[in-house]
Amino acid sequence: MPTEVPTWFTSGLSTEDKDRIADVEAGLDALQTPTSAARRGAKAVWKRVWPPVLAVVVVLAVWEGAVLSGVQPIWNLPGPSEVAASIAASARSGDLWTALGTSLSRGVLGFLAAVAIGTPLGVVVARVRWIRVTLGPIITGLQVLPSVAWVPAAIIWFGLSNGTVYFVVLMGAVPSVVNGIVAGVDQVPPLLRQVGRVLGAGRLAMVTDIVLPAALPGYIAGLKQGWAFSWRSLMAAEIIAVGGSIGFGLGQFLDQGRQLADMAMVFSAILAILVVGIVVELAVFAPVERTVLRRRGLRQDAA
Amino acid sequence: MTVTSSANAAAEPTPVVEPVETTPAVRLRGVGKRFAGGPPVLDGVDLDIAPGELVCLIGASGCGKSTLLSILAGLEPASAGDVTVAPAALMFQESALLPWLTAAKNIELALRLRGVPRAERRERALELLHLVRLDGAADKRAHELSGGMRQRVALARALAQDRQVLLMDEPFAALDAITRDLLHDELERVWRSTGRSIVFVTHNVREAVRLGQRVLLLSSRPGRVVEQWQVGDQDPVKLTGEITARLREEISRHAH
Repeated sequence: MPTEVPTWFTSGLSTEDKDRIADVEAGLDALQTPTSAARRGAKAVWKRVWPPVLAVVVVLAVWEGAVLSGVQPIWNLPGPSEVAASIAASARSGDLWTALGTSLSRGVLGFLAAVAIGTPLGVVVARVRWIRVTLGPIITGLQVLPSVAWVPAAIIWFGLSNGTVYFVVLMGAVPSVVNGIVAGVDQVPPLLRQVGRVLGAGRLAMVTDIVLPAALPGYIAGLKQGWAFSWRSLMAAEIIAVGGSIGFGLGQFLDQGRQLADMAMVFSAILAILVVGIVVELAVFAPVERTVLRRRGLRQDAA
Repeated sequence: MTVTSSANAAAEPTPVVEPVETTPAVRLRGVGKRFAGGPPVLDGVDLDIAPGELVCLIGASGCGKSTLLSILAGLEPASAGDVTVAPAALMFQESALLPWLTAAKNIELALRLRGVPRAERRERALELLHLVRLDGAADKRAHELSGGMRQRVALARALAQDRQVLLMDEPFAALDAITRDLLHDELERVWRSTGRSIVFVTHNVREAVRLGQRVLLLSSRPGRVVEQWQVGDQDPVKLTGEITARLREEISRHAH
């Protein structure tokens, strides 16, 4: 039989005071619960927006200053206004939109294919010991190899076609996605695996309910890097591979500027490539990452 | 049948719980554990725990308390001896809630892995949260809860496993004193209302006397049950002093 409990240890709270104990407990819960001071609204947004805006303004000013100082002739170093005019002209002619559309669709498609291949591959590499020992170093090596190195071989294998472009993109992005998952899985705290075992998770449930959700932040970091590598590899392939059935993307747009010795066009292509990278980061990856981290209490900031 | 005292049980013959004809929830005979190449962590552990009994296990650091719990939980095999344990749930020192799930979802996961049908899970989870007085916390994640609240969610999750034995590995060690006192009341209430057998590991003698019906002292290197006390209606202050003295004696053995 359960014995009567000595009340000596309950900090002066006798066992008859059950209701009072409940009150104390509720009070403690209220006091100890972290309060989230979420600052939102226009002020918070402005606070995050003005520093990069200022940086851009400074860069434009320095650029314009360099042009005015005449370190380079104007045809070698066009100023911001010349580049803006060039962008406007190619936007009117439609060349810019064609190039942007071609490159974006290739980049997104190639990235999605890399995710579709890299995700299951990553899970297998992370979970199966002998595959990891065998393939792990090769995949890490491939991540270090600049994927531009594949362009000549790809042109010989696939000709001047989309095949070349997608091959180079996959070689660039798949290793990042794989390594992202592997890193995420490696960083799963052993305690959480123990929890899975204690709760009676089998092999499959262990992967789907414990390991993969726990590895999500690492996976997202891998996806981010995978996108960056996709986009870079795509530009490298497009700049080198021109003609044939390969179409007209931002890389070809840039190369056309080079061939025409039109530096304003070259600059507008560089700007377009940069802007796409920034917009995808800010509009897609940053919000996803922020949401995941905040839900886990790994990120405190508001907005 | 009597509860066996350990091979080298010292001093006074302790009164013994009579489980009568019920099978014990935990029965260990001569259990030993050694990790590859190392010295034995546990050696000749005999232990019987009756259904519904709350037993506290104390010992100095390195006495193999956590290893013993891992064996009872089935996370580690014993190297020697016989282990008979009713299905057991385990609660850790850290709450070990899955940080991407809400409190209720953590409990629902335990229910799902146990095979509870989807339609019942939410309701059962809310009932369990009510049992640990956390009705308002169902949709909060671990980082939005205090340490004491997390441990109560972890307790509710362990109860959701619906195992006969609940193993607790220093579950309140990381909490402040006020919260710990409250959780002692809370655990006792839950224990009375659920009738589980509880094995509560702690290095805090006061806590062991406060909670346990029986307190077992484990020696260090190798770990072995060297003495046990029935708490009953003994004066807790005196008993705490007595157990502390015995624990110190046990630790002093390792001075040279």
